[in-house]
Amino acid sequence: MPQTLYEKLWQDHVVHQEADGTALIYIDRHLVHEVTSPQAFEGLKLAGRKPWRISSIVATADHNTPTDHWDRGIEDPVSRLQVETLDANIRAFGALAYFPFKDPRQGIVHVVGPESGATLPGMTVVCGDSHTSTHGAFACMAHGIGTSEVEHVLATQCLLQKKSKTMLLQVDGVLGRGVTAKDVALAIIGRIGTAGGTGYAIEFGGSAVRSLSMEGRMTLCNMAIEAGARLGLIAVDEVTIDYLRGRPFAPQGARWEQAVVHWRRLRSDDGARFDRVIEMPAAAIGPQVTWGTSPEMVVPVDARVPDPASEPDPVKREGMERALRYMGLSPDLPICDIALDKVFIGSCTNSRIEDLRAAAAVVRGRTVASNIRLALVVPGSGLVKRQAEEEGLDEIFRAAGFEWREPGCSMCLAMNADRLEAGERCASTSNRNFEGRQGAGGRTHLVSPEMAAAAAIAGHFCDIREWL
Amino acid sequence: MEKFIRLDGLVVPLDRANVDTDAIIPKQFLKSIRRSGFGPNLFDEWRYLDVGEPGRDDSLRPLNPDFVLNQPRYRGAQILLARQNFGCGSSREHAPWALLDFGLRTVIAESFADIFFNNCFKNGILPVVLPAAEIDALFALVEATPGCHLVVDLEQQVVLRPDGRSLPFAVDPFRRECLLNGWDDIGLTLRHAELIKAFEARRREQQPWLFA
Repeated sequence: MPQTLYEKLWQDHVVHQEADGTALIYIDRHLVHEVTSPQAFEGLKLAGRKPWRISSIVATADHNTPTDHWDRGIEDPVSRLQVETLDANIRAFGALAYFPFKDPRQGIVHVVGPESGATLPGMTVVCGDSHTSTHGAFACMAHGIGTSEVEHVLATQCLLQKKSKTMLLQVDGVLGRGVTAKDVALAIIGRIGTAGGTGYAIEFGGSAVRSLSMEGRMTLCNMAIEAGARLGLIAVDEVTIDYLRGRPFAPQGARWEQAVVHWRRLRSDDGARFDRVIEMPAAAIGPQVTWGTSPEMVVPVDARVPDPASEPDPVKREGMERALRYMGLSPDLPICDIALDKVFIGSCTNSRIEDLRAAAAVVRGRTVASNIRLALVVPGSGLVKRQAEEEGLDEIFRAAGFEWREPGCSMCLAMNADRLEAGERCASTSNRNFEGRQGAGGRTHLVSPEMAAAAAIAGHFCDIREWL
Repeated sequence: MEKFIRLDGLVVPLDRANVDTDAIIPKQFLKSIRRSGFGPNLFDEWRYLDVGEPGRDDSLRPLNPDFVLNQPRYRGAQILLARQNFGCGSSREHAPWALLDFGLRTVIAESFADIFFNNCFKNGILPVVLPAAEIDALFALVEATPGCHLVVDLEQQVVLRPDGRSLPFAVDPFRRECLLNGWDDIGLTLRHAELIKAFEARRREQQPWLFA
């Protein structure tokens, strides 16, 4: 019987199954960062247990690390303790690789995994971070877990799981100029809602998805969790294989050839049945901007802020009204009339080299508008930063008035010093526009790197299609 | 993990959809390396009028009198009544830790986000899904009834209303068993250690590149 990619991956990892369908699933790669691991390592220690397989662990410090003045170390003592606790835990327990604060390969865990070749097709990849769905771009069964499960994976190399339902999101056609993977992701979330994918593993397919680079595919799978799906998936093709060739932890020589043969099977069979199929014609997707406090509160850039009065569902209407109050916006305001205070280009969604190239192409030879207090570029990793500098992208950003920072999660969630002040409005390439996400009282609008770059130059949102 | 069998508790209603884990426990409190002490910062941005920081004495901070958790009639609540997609967003287990530390042992909602839902079971919190119409009715009931209690009975898989009506709910048999007994997942899984070793050995042979 034809199988979906998810079913193949699931079947390949079942160690044992209980009568009610709960399965023990083997975990190939365990990514670890400082925020969600200390209590797990402590639990392991208290129980006198050891990690089952340290060669599965790849760790880095990313959430708390500062993005400037690295010579001063981590000045916030609470953040410093958390990062030092990770240092100590990895020293005590071991790992395949650890990229600590200031290591040239340090960076956001979801950027570091793929670029080091630690994320390989067919793997189960877990991390105490919801954006682990990113790695599904490599046909991995990859999802976020809580700290108890981090401890469970450390101790047993397995997780207790129930099989998800399957959803195919078919995006066929050609994406318009200025329309990116981020816009596809936001348009999908706008259509199915932030709970639309709950209980599903979403496979993204169709010619528009095939045409994306690995960076774009990672952006798309990264946002699967914002549609409620823990897992996003994209089949292996030549783009996947070309990306992986020569990466430090990717197999070499004969073993590479053997792996590639295996990887090419990692696609849904023709005729495989999904529990739900949704078609999104690529041509209908324009550049997207969120206007509210949930990623599903999103409209195309040439639209207006919606009016809650036209929403029939009272819970939704109340939510819209609250969001507009929080965002300081009124119904029917054209999106392009929204002026900004800050711009953030970064996060595990959009901080890879392709994102920085795209933003730099918009910025080149232009200047950040005078009403923008801070325009920040935070590369996803030390290696992305180095490559961008080799290409001169840092100079383009600096010349325009952007700050060029050290890698980390930064203002996506503002655990370090990079944040919004109350009332400040930000065009952000990150993934969540929740109340307070980028700083208490901060107002976040999610956009693509190109749209963020254009907004920095104009001082307000503008339609990137008119710039190209 | 503490067992969960049956809870007779005061209900506090949180009448909004898509409550995310950033709202349940804001990021600055995630810097802690402990599992406890998050209760005072549960819903921090909604509960207080100022911005909270770790290490501050929260008892000295100005409370937001409009926020439901601060209203005297809901003091001591053990059951949170919520809308759809509760617990969406970040995977932070600090969210259930904060609910538990505050004294909430169960959340009744129309739907939950997957990761949060899963995290609850690891901490002795029972997330209960009820149909939208029942949730609507419960909001009306709690609003109209000061001191409204519900009984959440995991053994019988029902929520009992004060008027005697019982609302059945579904729960995975395996998760139910773990909660009823307060079982530690890791201990359970390690009973299968030999199976895991055999699986791993086979995998290493078939896909050696995964074990570099």
